[in-house]
Amino acid sequence: MGFLTSMTPAEGVAAAMLVALIVYALLGGADYGAGVWDLLARGPRAEAQRELIAHAIGPVWEANHVWLIVVIVLLFTSFPAAFAVVMTTLHIPLSLMLIGVVLRGSAFTFRSYDATELARRRWNRVFSIPSVVTPILLGMVVGAIATGEPGRAAEAGGPVPLLSTWLRPFPIAVGLFALNIFAYLAAVYLTLETVDRELREDFRRKALVSAVTLGVVAWVVYLLARDSAPLVYEGLDRASWGAPLRYATGAMAIAAIAALALRWFALARLAAAAQVAMILWGAAAAQYPYLVPPHLDMTRGVAPPIVHKLMLIALGIGSLILVPSLIYLFRVFKGHTFQGGRRDEEGPVRPTPA
Amino acid sequence: MTNLLAARLQMAMSLGFHIIFAAIGIALPLMMCIAEACWHRTGDPIYRTLAKRWAKGAAILFAVGAVSGTVLSFELGLLWPEFMNFAGPIIGLGFGLEGFAFFTEAIFLGVYIYGWDRIPPLAHWLAGALVAASGALSGILVVSVNGWMNTPTGFDLVEGVATNINPPAALLNPAFVSEALHMTIAAYAATGLLVAGIHAIMLRKDRDNPFHRRAMGIALAVGGVAAVLQPLSGHYSAQVVAETQELKLAAMEAQFHTERRAPLRIGGLPDVGSQTTPYALEIPGGLSFLAYNDPNAEVKGLDAFPSDEHPPVAVVHVAFQIMVACGIAMAAVSLWGALAWWRTRRLPTGGAFLTAVALASPLGMIAIEAGWTVTEVGRQPWIIQGVMRTKDAVTTVPGLWWSLAAYTALYVMLGVVVVMLLLHQFRSSPRAEAPTGEGL
Ligand code: HDD
Ligand code: HEM
Ligand code: HEM
Repeated sequence: MGFLTSMTPAEGVAAAMLVALIVYALLGGADYGAGVWDLLARGPRAEAQRELIAHAIGPVWEANHVWLIVVIVLLFTSFPAAFAVVMTTLHIPLSLMLIGVVLRGSAFTFRSYDATELARRRWNRVFSIPSVVTPILLGMVVGAIATGEPGRAAEAGGPVPLLSTWLRPFPIAVGLFALNIFAYLAAVYLTLETVDRELREDFRRKALVSAVTLGVVAWVVYLLARDSAPLVYEGLDRASWGAPLRYATGAMAIAAIAALALRWFALARLAAAAQVAMILWGAAAAQYPYLVPPHLDMTRGVAPPIVHKLMLIALGIGSLILVPSLIYLFRVFKGHTFQGGRRDEEGPVRPTPA
Repeated sequence: MTNLLAARLQMAMSLGFHIIFAAIGIALPLMMCIAEACWHRTGDPIYRTLAKRWAKGAAILFAVGAVSGTVLSFELGLLWPEFMNFAGPIIGLGFGLEGFAFFTEAIFLGVYIYGWDRIPPLAHWLAGALVAASGALSGILVVSVNGWMNTPTGFDLVEGVATNINPPAALLNPAFVSEALHMTIAAYAATGLLVAGIHAIMLRKDRDNPFHRRAMGIALAVGGVAAVLQPLSGHYSAQVVAETQELKLAAMEAQFHTERRAPLRIGGLPDVGSQTTPYALEIPGGLSFLAYNDPNAEVKGLDAFPSDEHPPVAVVHVAFQIMVACGIAMAAVSLWGALAWWRTRRLPTGGAFLTAVALASPLGMIAIEAGWTVTEVGRQPWIIQGVMRTKDAVTTVPGLWWSLAAYTALYVMLGVVVVMLLLHQFRSSPRAEAPTGEGL
């Protein structure tokens, strides 16, 4: 437990940011992934799939979304220089992502309030298309930062490059990686949201397919990282824990696929969530200590220690209220997904909007 | 047309849009809770229907409020990176605590709107109360950040660098109490009278519809009390401004020259060229009295400050007059309703009164927009009063016009859709003969 004592306050906030980002991926990200399956819904049960998705994310999407705000607030409070660099050199992808966030959130709510069938289908499109675009852009921003291009552009000063910092192969691959992760999580979660056998099989198949493509995309990202994001690539290689973490992530991936095959869906959910958490933890640890490579690490352009300590205290006190509230929210609306992985007798429990 | 103007316009437009949903996001949950409490106490099912219909409308407004708020959090960085680079650590605590208020609000909003039949009635009511409390708290905390921009404290400026930062002191800046008080009351006044006006319009066509009577009753109670308190809180705000931002007061009151017994100008269009304010009704000594409780007190004029630090006087003065005029009209309608209720112990539903409430319904939102224009444009050319100018905070990313055009189009579309959906919902509200019908 040495790292607890050797951790500086800034690293403490960075760790909190990583946890918030992982939870955002596992919850908010999965909501976006559900939107992907909404767009790809086909066949006789397409409408039933969309109905299930709407009921699954309805009560929780707004709460799941706030984790992203927490990440942004922690970033500009404790690491203002990194925040300013990211917001300047990656202005376009972030701005486009924001428009996606607005369209998806509003369309989702409008959809359940607009009576006419035509309007519902239109809002369906305005909900599902941004659900695909937003994760890609989020992934591209993270990927672009890892390449070090934004950092170099900011360090060089002069006019801000609008496209060259992010429209490159590696960030695009990371963007597709993020989309695949979110879709994969959503499919696994949705198998537990319904007791309708056929619907459950639909999402089981989607989960298996996205698990396989996830492996392929991960491999491509790993290959591209060698020369596009050398700092991160070496970080993963040279670190002593690098290999064991990669094997553990691989083990979780295989466990999830096996659980899906055997229809142990609750176990599949656990394994998939652990897999994604480890992917994000691995990527962050590989980039450590750099927030914005190659020059902004935990010491440059960082707030004074008093600020980090106060934020950590605020996070601690805040979570005393937040954690029980979140548990209550998920118990009320996701309780039915925790009662045994394979019960078929009880009718589907639908949360009905007001 | 510079990049700076595009950034300022985009920030103004984004905030002007968000604040409408924010004001409703603060006040509507309180009204829903009152309606639900009335149902628990009286067992009258109409109150339950009312709470459910308000909650249905609130779901749309919260969703748009949440996403437009997210845009603002990013825009602080996308448009003003230098401001955040300097101020981030100082004001971060306020935004951090606000993050928890948003979390509680979003969690219990989901429970309230989707959990009608899934949790016990008392738990459901408590969820609503938590949404109301955390909404108000999130507003108070974010306004504290704005208060800091107007009266920066909690740090020492050494060669342009903020040193020995004291975040709690920054949170509790001099303008914090007056701004938070004034904004929170503004939210209840504006939303209360807006909702009361909508139900008054319905009542004019269907005078004894019990659904709309109860709805207007609750809305008028919340909005009316706040509207009567608001001029007092506004007066306090003006006095804080008189102490901390004398130049903003001069701009608000179009006070061009430093003088004693400064007059209170009602109306008038300030003309910077001639340093005069034609068409204004002047009350001698009025401003001195209002600002410093002494009709003979000296009020600093714009001429006491370097001209390159003057805000756009006309904009600030006209906005201030609009806000105060709306405030007085809203207080008047509320007092009229209170008197009529006090005399007859029944909700006043006379034709003239209903018309007045209907006409007064948009005034609150207009006053909020005008109020924020006073506060923000009145601070110009500073983004942090006396510390950093707005032009030094803007991003170096070129072509912000594209971003302004995109977000304006997006918000215009969103605004139109929200209004259409709400109008559709109002038209299908329960009629007199089916008061207990769910009608949802
Ligand atoms: C006095 C009221 C007020 C003011 C001046 C602001 N806000 Fe706001 N904000 C709210 C009152 C509010 C609210 C009532 O708390 C909202 C509206 C609807 C909601 O869900 O919460 C909200 C939502 C909201 C959210 C989404 C939270 C969620 O997902 O529920 C964010 C990120 C922000 N705001 C951020 C900001 C920023 C960065 C502002 C200034 C630049 C700002 N707000 C001004
Ligand atoms: C409460 C938190 C708020 C914060 C942190 C905030 C922050 C800012 C910032 C950074 C700017 C750009 C710099 C400047 O022009 O001074 C700005 C400008 C502006 N804001 Fe605010 N604002 C807040 C509330 C609001 C609200 C609710 C409104 C609603 C109408 C508003 C209206 C404006 C206007 C009109 C401008 C443009 C002023 C100008 O540049 O001439 N502000 N605000
Ligand atoms: C009737 C008399 C009123 C007076 C004398 C008054 C005075 C003021 C003053 C002096 C400010 C600037 C505060 C600052 O910059 O720190 C202000 C701001 C503001 N006013 Fe008013 N006001 C009145 C009524 C209203 C009403 C009726 C509303 C809305 C329903 C309103 C909403 C606001 C808002 C939202 C702000 C900006 C936020 C803030 O600074 O608190 N005001 N008002």
